[in-house]
Amino acid sequence: MSHSADTNAGPGWQAIKAVTILVYIFMFAPILVVMILSFNDSMFGGFPMTGFSLRWYERLAENEAVLRAFQTSLWVALITSVICTVLGIMGAMALVRYDFPGKEWVNTLVIAPALVPETVLGVGLLLLIRWAQEPRTLGLMVAGHILLALPYVVLVVQARLIGIKRVYEEAAMSLGANRFNTFREITLPLLMPAVVASMLLVFTISFDNITASMFWRPAGVETMPTQILSMLKISISPEVNALGTLMIVITVGLPLLGGALARILARGAKQP
Amino acid sequence: MPLTAAQARRPWLLLAPTLVALLVLMILPICIMFLFSFYEFVTAGVEKDVFTTANWREFFTDSYYHYFIWKTVRVAAITAVLCAIMGYPPAYFIAMTRFRHKWLLLLLLIVPFWISFTIRTFSWIHILGEQGIINVTLLWLGIIDQPLRMLYTEGAVIMGMIHFLLPYMILNIYVSLEGIDRNLISAARTLGCTNWEAFREVTLPLSLPGLMAGLLLCFVLAAGSYVTPQILGSGRDALFGNLIFDTIMGQLNWPMGATLSMVLLVLLGAVAAVYSRYMGLSRIFKGLSR
Repeated sequence: MSHSADTNAGPGWQAIKAVTILVYIFMFAPILVVMILSFNDSMFGGFPMTGFSLRWYERLAENEAVLRAFQTSLWVALITSVICTVLGIMGAMALVRYDFPGKEWVNTLVIAPALVPETVLGVGLLLLIRWAQEPRTLGLMVAGHILLALPYVVLVVQARLIGIKRVYEEAAMSLGANRFNTFREITLPLLMPAVVASMLLVFTISFDNITASMFWRPAGVETMPTQILSMLKISISPEVNALGTLMIVITVGLPLLGGALARILARGAKQP
Repeated sequence: MPLTAAQARRPWLLLAPTLVALLVLMILPICIMFLFSFYEFVTAGVEKDVFTTANWREFFTDSYYHYFIWKTVRVAAITAVLCAIMGYPPAYFIAMTRFRHKWLLLLLLIVPFWISFTIRTFSWIHILGEQGIINVTLLWLGIIDQPLRMLYTEGAVIMGMIHFLLPYMILNIYVSLEGIDRNLISAARTLGCTNWEAFREVTLPLSLPGLMAGLLLCFVLAAGSYVTPQILGSGRDALFGNLIFDTIMGQLNWPMGATLSMVLLVLLGAVAAVYSRYMGLSRIFKGLSR
């Protein structure tokens, strides 16, 4: 690039840089504030800080409602991520590897749940079971979460699958492997980063969902986000900050770990 | 080579579970919703399956609902536009920078997606509240002698939604900018454009698809929101999602709840359809599927 075409200079560029930094601060400042306040000794969940304390974490460890909600969310998210990832991989395989009439329609349909407001999906599922005269169950919530996360899995797997050349699969098949073996031995290992990524993505989508879960949770059952919301309704206690901090550490730590793992797996797949 | 019947069936077999899930969990419920909107509301939790247009009449004649529609559209539009204004410079910076650790900047945009939405929303209470960092600092500096009322206002709701939607916007614009052939910008510069002219004539028009995708996504997600107004707004800042929730969970008026849900669906569906007519839906999520 010649120097005259250099856009990375001048006051304009400096302004863009400054705005970028401000936007990143905007993104992370509130989160940092929650983390700092979780160590506040004060009875109230706001400023000013009155001293460093871990007592809100101790209080949290004894809070059975929170522990129960955590377990519920964990199981729902785990089951959702396994089922949803399997469905998503199958769907993405069909959409990338095959041509069939109506493909565009199917593609749009698969993305649709991400665009329909969660409130509408929430009401819809409730109306379905009301119409069928069934009670609200955790199974229904898992089904709902699968619906919410499915578009993202299909998109993530699709993006990766497009990058995997078809010739590898054709080679395996010409050597006598059947379709399933080809998928297991060739496609799946190459797809592994996308599989890990979508499982983590679904896990967070499900674990984190609140709007739809508010509609779908069975009476008396709380998930982690609905539990936090009901705690917020009583008061903004420092306990909520401690809980928030723990969740931030878990939800940021897990995907980073998974991402690192996926990178290692990807490297392994390239050099068998 | 003509497809054998088995080959033609294979993609459908692979898609079957997904399609069944979409059919049972989304299409069928929306059909039932449509049906329910014509049922008669008897009393809380009870309705009669007789055909009546009462719910729809009530919706079209009662200005109470029109007020909510208008407010939801207005708040969502303001949110989307502010997201675009705040999101474009960072997206441009990430796309054009020669900073070697670009991946880090992108990672930092994706990290908020992992942090619980509820936590990200209530974290604003600590910034905007009476005990929040802004008020405490301003009081301490002696600039104000009474805490400013920022929390539980429409502004706080918009702020919370921007905070949540900004990564969607930045990623969408970034992907668009990344796809631009840099030679075009160089060419414009050699032909005598200033940096700003090159941006206005080349870069900006070519990044419009990403910008529009971001606007659509932000608008739709903001208009459908329920939790942000709940946490950061006062009762007066309720949006259409809150209205639906209260109608169904509070008043147990299922037919009216179904009617209102249909309205929101049609409204946002129309926006998405207009967009899809010009841009194609699938590109909205390009930024997120990388």
